[in-house]
Amino acid sequence: MSGYTVDARIRWTEWIPFVVALAAFFLLPEYLALGSRILIFILFALSLDLILGYAGIVTLGHSAFFGLGAYTAGILSAKAGIHDAFIQLAGAAAAAALLGLATGAIILRTRALTLLMLTLAITAILLEIANKWTTMTGGADGLQGVVVAPILGLFKFDLFGKTAFLYCLAALFVGWWAVRRIISSPFGAMLTGIRENGARMHAIGAPVYWRMVLIYTISATMAGIAGALLAQVNQFVGLNVLGLEPSGDLLVMLILGGVGRLYGAFVGPVIYLTVQDWLAKQYPEYWYFGVGALLITVVLFAPGGILGLVDKCLQLFRQKSSARPSAR
Amino acid sequence: MPAALQTEKLCKTFGALTVAQNVDFRLEAGARHALIGPNGAGKTTFVNMLTGALAPSSGRILMNGEDITKTRQAARVKLGLGRTFQITTLFRRLPVLDNVALAVAEREGIARHMWKAAGRHHVIKDEAMALLATLGLADDARTPAQDLPYGKQRLIEIAVALGLKPKVLLLDEPAAGVPSTESERILQVLDRLPSEIAILIIEHDMDLVFRFAKRITVLVQGEVLVEGPPNEIARDRRVHQVYLGEQHHA
Amino acid sequence: MILYVISVGLSVTMGLMGFINLAHGVFAMAGGFILSTLLGSYGVPFPVAVAAAFFSVSVGSILLERLLYSRLYSSGELAQVLFSIGLIFVSMASARLVFGDQAARIFLPDYLRGQLHFVGRDFPTYRVFIIFFSLIIVFLLWFGVERTRWGAMVRAAVDHRAMAQSVGINTRLLFMLTFALGSGLAGLGGALGADILPVQWAYPFEHLVYFLIVVAVGGLGTLRGPFIAALLIGIADTACKYWTPEYGAFLVYAATIAILLWRPMGLFGVRA
Repeated sequence: MSGYTVDARIRWTEWIPFVVALAAFFLLPEYLALGSRILIFILFALSLDLILGYAGIVTLGHSAFFGLGAYTAGILSAKAGIHDAFIQLAGAAAAAALLGLATGAIILRTRALTLLMLTLAITAILLEIANKWTTMTGGADGLQGVVVAPILGLFKFDLFGKTAFLYCLAALFVGWWAVRRIISSPFGAMLTGIRENGARMHAIGAPVYWRMVLIYTISATMAGIAGALLAQVNQFVGLNVLGLEPSGDLLVMLILGGVGRLYGAFVGPVIYLTVQDWLAKQYPEYWYFGVGALLITVVLFAPGGILGLVDKCLQLFRQKSSARPSAR
Repeated sequence: MPAALQTEKLCKTFGALTVAQNVDFRLEAGARHALIGPNGAGKTTFVNMLTGALAPSSGRILMNGEDITKTRQAARVKLGLGRTFQITTLFRRLPVLDNVALAVAEREGIARHMWKAAGRHHVIKDEAMALLATLGLADDARTPAQDLPYGKQRLIEIAVALGLKPKVLLLDEPAAGVPSTESERILQVLDRLPSEIAILIIEHDMDLVFRFAKRITVLVQGEVLVEGPPNEIARDRRVHQVYLGEQHHA
Repeated sequence: MILYVISVGLSVTMGLMGFINLAHGVFAMAGGFILSTLLGSYGVPFPVAVAAAFFSVSVGSILLERLLYSRLYSSGELAQVLFSIGLIFVSMASARLVFGDQAARIFLPDYLRGQLHFVGRDFPTYRVFIIFFSLIIVFLLWFGVERTRWGAMVRAAVDHRAMAQSVGINTRLLFMLTFALGSGLAGLGGALGADILPVQWAYPFEHLVYFLIVVAVGGLGTLRGPFIAALLIGIADTACKYWTPEYGAFLVYAATIAILLWRPMGLFGVRA
């Protein structure tokens, strides 16, 4: 999808995820809570894919923006009495963007391990703040009483999660469209260039550092919005939106689906969260074991994730079918 | 008239090791200038200082009379300084067209744009394709760079640099590692480079140097040994000594 | 001090092999569990048990290295991070399955319990023992690296792997052994420190940040680095517990960020 040789018009296959989502809405009404969670994490994963898959920035601290967005939205509602959904989203986006800009500008001067460490440290600090600032965040008990007024004055958040689901789906649609736009633009091609060969990018006059800060900020904003959605849908914010765990989980989801492929961000969370929902309830100890083993297997044998495997299969298939006519 | 590129007493030391010493160098507009010297003479270090990838310990670098010693690499590119790398530094997994288009887009300032799809930026694509055509690479536009033979990859290196419409072009061993069957192509391309560009070429291949250069600078252990037109250099005894055992044409 | 013993192995393996191994805590945890089991279930004398912990973790790590780690040496940062996270998950889950949710209990021998009376104050005997032991290890390591041939080879390989190979140093073997040593040290640290840093299934994850901080701040590939860093963290932690119990962790993280920004290669890092 990225680059100058590619036709970037939307193919019909790209509508499948949304069709599937709508189908799920009508056919699986008992699972809408899980569904909303999946949609939120897809958005979160998209934001990570932007910097990981396209710009090549390896971070374990993306949950910082997610958590900040969640808490901002939550605090706006529970403490400041602002219940309008869009204002909450805007607040979360602004906060996350600011943090992204500030931290990105500082840490993107470093690389590899140092960068990784810094991202970890930042999200750890935020976790500490959330933990200690109990008056604002509710500390370990979490932030209760997050209320969202009916969207556009019409759609109330109902008990069955119907409104929530469609709300998240709409947000995801906008996010997906934006990411897709960016990736297929010259900016996206340039990001791929940074990932492929940073030295070359410098040599053609690209202000690499500022471009990375820009995409980092955009990614942070998206993650913040995803976090806010979580707060709005659950009407609660717990400490588990910050720290190493959500970042690690997200990374696994993205790898599972396939990094740098846009739709890996769709496939990964769907599979991960669905399996987690089922498995973690039945056999919690085995859940981590399974994830770990899966991760190791994927890294060693299928680094392109599920979509990468699909690609390989398709390639094999094409090779076989084109080789058939030439009989021995 | 100020030189296209010029250095004054350029020095570089790494601790106790001096790799460049009081290098005074002038590259005139439209020049065809070669920099030669034995291995370890400091040629690539010199180029790295010219492009801004490496900061000199002392001395000045000027471009068209402007002091660019403290200017960053990306800014120098914007001023019209382009380079190729001795070790092929391409976007290997990307198609050839993208390699060049990225450079063109940077120059045009389009690289920042996030709205329209890259594939629809026809101005950029057409220019990149035209450039590829002049180097005989048009048919390979969609092939990933790493799938092409090494000689063609070296050509792509030059194409990318040309995409920047440089006023000064630094070519670091453009024919290095290229089998002789393919190097003729590179020579032809070098011959046909626009005459307004000031070109400095670092090379070990003496055939290429004497065919291409109108002026030669010999660098030995970080210092300029001698500089002059090819026939003088060919006759210079010191140069012969330095290249003891190497064959070259007179 | 315990932090140091555990982390120095990480510094060496990461600095040497360029491999981002977040799972280092796993080896520490293993050491702790082994010690606990040997002491508790089999009544093995303390020194033997500790030595056993060290060696078994070393050997185990060699297996892992040969089978899994070595495939990823040139795979790039992301793959290594993910792999080690996967390893953490697997071992955490296994630990939980085998040992349940409780922390491993260490039955200290009598001669290490109680207090030592020294210069008018009481010090817990075990802690003193640990400090001395760690210092001995520091000394041994320093001696080993600075003075022996093995140490010279390691240093050469850290500085420039390709050069070392061309000089005839068998880097693969070297890596394997060094990795074993590093992991063994982690096991040792985990075992000895089990009293202070309780060993349970979530151990690797919980302390991951601290291990990484010690290594990143101290500087990859050095011995002094993690030593100073661990010392600093230990001091800062205790100091904070005294004066500002609220903000202890805070300060450590903030300091980490500050130091890493000032010196991205760590306080004593070798790669510039």
